[in-house]
Formats: sequence, structure tokens, C-alpha cells
Amino acid sequence: MTSVEKVQNEIVEELSLFSDWIEKYEYLIELGKDEIDFDKKFMKDEFLINGCQSKVWLYAKQKNSKITFHAYSDAIMTKGIIALLIKVFSNQSPDDIIKSKLDFIDKIGLKSHLSATRANGLMSMIKQIKIYAIGFKEKNG
Amino acid sequence: MIDFEKIRSSFPILDVKVNDNKLVYFDNAATTQTPTQVTNSIRDYFNKQNSNIHRGVHHLSNISTEDFEQSRKKVKEFIGAEKEEEVIFTKGTTDSINLVATSFQKFLKSGDEILISEMEHHSNIVPWQLCADKTGAKLKVVSVTKEGEIDIDHLEKLLTEKTKILSITHISNTLGTINPITEITKLARKFDTKVFIDGAQAIAHQKVNVTELDVDFYCFSAHKLYGPTGVGVLYGKEEILEKLPPYQGGGEMIELVTFEKTTYAKLPSKFEAGTPNISGVMALGRAIEFIEEINLDLIFEYETMLLNHYNEKSNKLEYYEPFGTSLNKSAIASFNLKKVHHYDIGVLLDNMGIAVRTGHHCTQPLHKKFNLAGTIRASFGIYNTKNEIDYFFDCLSRAYKMLC
Repeated sequence: MTSVEKVQNEIVEELSLFSDWIEKYEYLIELGKDEIDFDKKFMKDEFLINGCQSKVWLYAKQKNSKITFHAYSDAIMTKGIIALLIKVFSNQSPDDIIKSKLDFIDKIGLKSHLSATRANGLMSMIKQIKIYAIGFKEKNG
Repeated sequence: MIDFEKIRSSFPILDVKVNDNKLVYFDNAATTQTPTQVTNSIRDYFNKQNSNIHRGVHHLSNISTEDFEQSRKKVKEFIGAEKEEEVIFTKGTTDSINLVATSFQKFLKSGDEILISEMEHHSNIVPWQLCADKTGAKLKVVSVTKEGEIDIDHLEKLLTEKTKILSITHISNTLGTINPITEITKLARKFDTKVFIDGAQAIAHQKVNVTELDVDFYCFSAHKLYGPTGVGVLYGKEEILEKLPPYQGGGEMIELVTFEKTTYAKLPSKFEAGTPNISGVMALGRAIEFIEEINLDLIFEYETMLLNHYNEKSNKLEYYEPFGTSLNKSAIASFNLKKVHHYDIGVLLDNMGIAVRTGHHCTQPLHKKFNLAGTIRASFGIYNTKNEIDYFFDCLSRAYKMLC
């Protein structure tokens, strides 16, 4: 099991404790209210992700051989989802990120609550995360 | 009196459950639901009379042609047009606007002006931008006041003999404002400016009479009138439609074709190239019958009562911020809640079974003017109830508490 999968499984387990959507959403909202490590100078169009109804800015940094992701949204629920994604993908190696499967989104039961258009935004975020990973891998040779 | 049970029973979709909640459909400005009278007519058309119209000699083609033209007659009477030839069937409001914005290019040259307003839907902006690019005409934009009304003084200032056409919405899909079309038309007449009205949000909610309004063009979509998607109407005064060149070429719109020269069919066929959405046009006829049976004046009265009830409730919420506060409004309410993103509210309401629109509602320039990233919009139709509005406000406060 890669370390990405490990974190994914932990999240799936954590969220499976909630019995209904309200609890799940309340959890996401709480996550969304938490302080995050995001430098506001990256709130520029070039870091904006397409496909989201709410605005999402995302940038990445390399620390040793690991990548850290930093993202922000103007909507709380989206920020909560971002916090989950960052938990999964931050401090991971480019290879693990590139190879990672995304079935955990299905498993945590969020996809069914997120309509196709909203899920698109989620997919765009993940796509962008993978693009960063590919970019860093290329750069590192 | 409106027979409410009967109306609601015509809409099986209202029994759909969303996340174990009963659906509350408040997205009528995007599309209205379709009663069984309309859906049955589509099924019956394909089961009993499917054929191409205006060409065949056989039985099916004849009865279909007759039904199709009956719908045109129905539309003509419904909107108070003088002649059936003035009713063109299109794909919808957007298609109707594109038709005129394209064919009207013949009468535009560099230096001419096209006038629209800040509250227009993208579909009443972009076709005119394309038209302006093509002809060198200039697009001028009338301001909207902070209450969400057309600034008539500004409109008067911008209207000159250069203004060849003015295109304004009858009712704003975001603000709900009912624009004073008669007044606007009178002002335009001083300069022989042609008047085009986007009636998408008006047609199902109040009585429209194009002759009384004295407009040159009026358009709407069937799917905002309890009819199907993919069909709409362009009304145009006969004398102007006669002068406009065809929009698209093809079958149906010709009189005689040779490789050297083609002569065009008379109105309305001139603007109806190709096989039309036959079942859709017939279903539009059924939708009009459905509405007329209820009576549009009663519908207006009923929906105004819903809006008043809604406003009474929203006025009590100190965190409610309305967008569009004109006193002359249709049953559309756009808003934000203080310090909360519209998207978060939309997602939570959706999980409680409530369908609303969130975002910019295809009016980005209007939202930008008022510095809004987006709004939440609740819009009502004939099947909505006061109870649903009460449930909506219960859910809205629940959602707000969850987010704050």
C-alpha cells in the first residue's frame, strides 16, 4: 500500500462513522472553517481551477522529495473538500500522487451528494494536483 | 379560483424524492415542469401521426400539418398577434434572438447603434455583440439602478437617430423586475428604432399582448411555459419580417430553386428552414391550452401572492440580502445570505430536496456591476405553494446555522 492509499483509507474510515449526510456535511464545514496554510499572493487567475462554481486557487511546492499543496476557496464546503484532498496528497512523492486511484471519493459517499457539475470541479482539482506531480517529476528528472 | 389539486396532479415530477425529501422545485426561471397533457401529446404524436409536414399527400402528413398549423394559430391568439404569418417557430429564445441579430445585419452599417441593458441574459448580449462585430455597429448599454430597474433617463439619453434596434428583456431572469415595455417602446418610436423584447421570463407569468405593447419583435421558449425544450417562438411584425433576409437556407423555406437563383417562400416558411420540431410545436399548443384553462390573470395574481408571502418571510431574516428590490416584480427572488457563499447554500438546500439556481444565472455583467460573485435564485411557478415557501425558509435557516 502506498502512503497515499493509506491516508485515503483513513479518511474513508473516519467518514464512515457518520450516519447521515448532515453529519458528513457538518464535518466538511468544520474542516472548511479551519485555518489553512495558504499564501494569498497566489489568489491570481493563473492559479484558479476551472469547472468549479465556487472559486478555487491551488499551488504546489516541493519540499525535499515531497510535494505540498496549498489551496483556498471562497465557499466553505469546497474548502472542506480541499482540506481532504490536501490531507491525501500533501507530503507525498510525485510518483505516489501520479499513480493514485481516486475511488476514495466514491467510498466516502460524497460523489452521490455532489452533482455532475460539482463533481467536475472536484475532478478538475484532482487533475491539477496530478499535473503538478507530473511537472515536479519531470523537473527532478 | 385555481383548482390546485388538479394542477399539481398534472405534474408527476413533483412526487419525485430527493435524498428522501419531497422535491420542492423553485427553479422555474430556468425551466418549468411539464404537465401530462403536454407529455402525452408528444407520445401520441409519435404513436399515432409521426410524419413530415407541409409536403406529403398522405393522411399522416395532412393531419400533422393541420395540427402544427393549429399550434401557430394558438400562439397567434395567445400573444395577440395580428396574423399567423407573424409567428415563426424556432428552437427557443436564444435561437429567436440569433435569427434577428443575424438577419437584421442587412440594415446596419458602421456608426449605427444597437441598444441593450445591463440586466440582459447572455443570450440577449452575445448575439448583438456578434452582430456589431460583423456590421461595425456599436453596442450601447443602458444602466440598471440599484433597485434593479432600467434607468429610463439613461435610456432616453442613449436613444438617438443612430439607434437602429433596441433589445430588452420583458422580465429580468435574475432581478425579477418587470420592465415598462410600453414606455420604452414609445421612447424608441421617436427615432424609428426597432424594438425587440426577450419575453422568456414573462410569457408564462402574465398576459402578453404584442399588439398592445406595439413591439416589433417578441420571443420566448416553450420550456419556460410548461412545454418541451427545443422549441420557441419569434413574433415579428409582418412588414419587418418581409424585409428581413432569410436566416438559414434549406427545405421548406424556398419557393423555387434553380442553381442560378432561388426564390424564397412567403412568411412564415421563409424563416423555418428544414423539418421543424413538429411534436414540440404541437406540445407547445397543448401547453398554451393548459395555461389558458387556468387563466393567466389568475396565475399572475397567484404568483404575486407567493412572492408577497416569500417577501414577508425573507424580511424577517436579518442576514438575508435581496438582489432586485423593484416594486414591480415577477415571482423571482435572487439573494445572498450574509457572509455565506451562494454555492454552500445551494448544496445544502439541494440535499434537503429544494431545487434552486446558484451562480450568475447567465447575467455575469449584472452580477459584476453589483460586485457579486453569484446569488441564489428561487423562482416560482403555478404548482408552487405557500407551504413549500415555509419549508424553504426552515431549510434556509438550518443551512445558514450549519454554515455559520
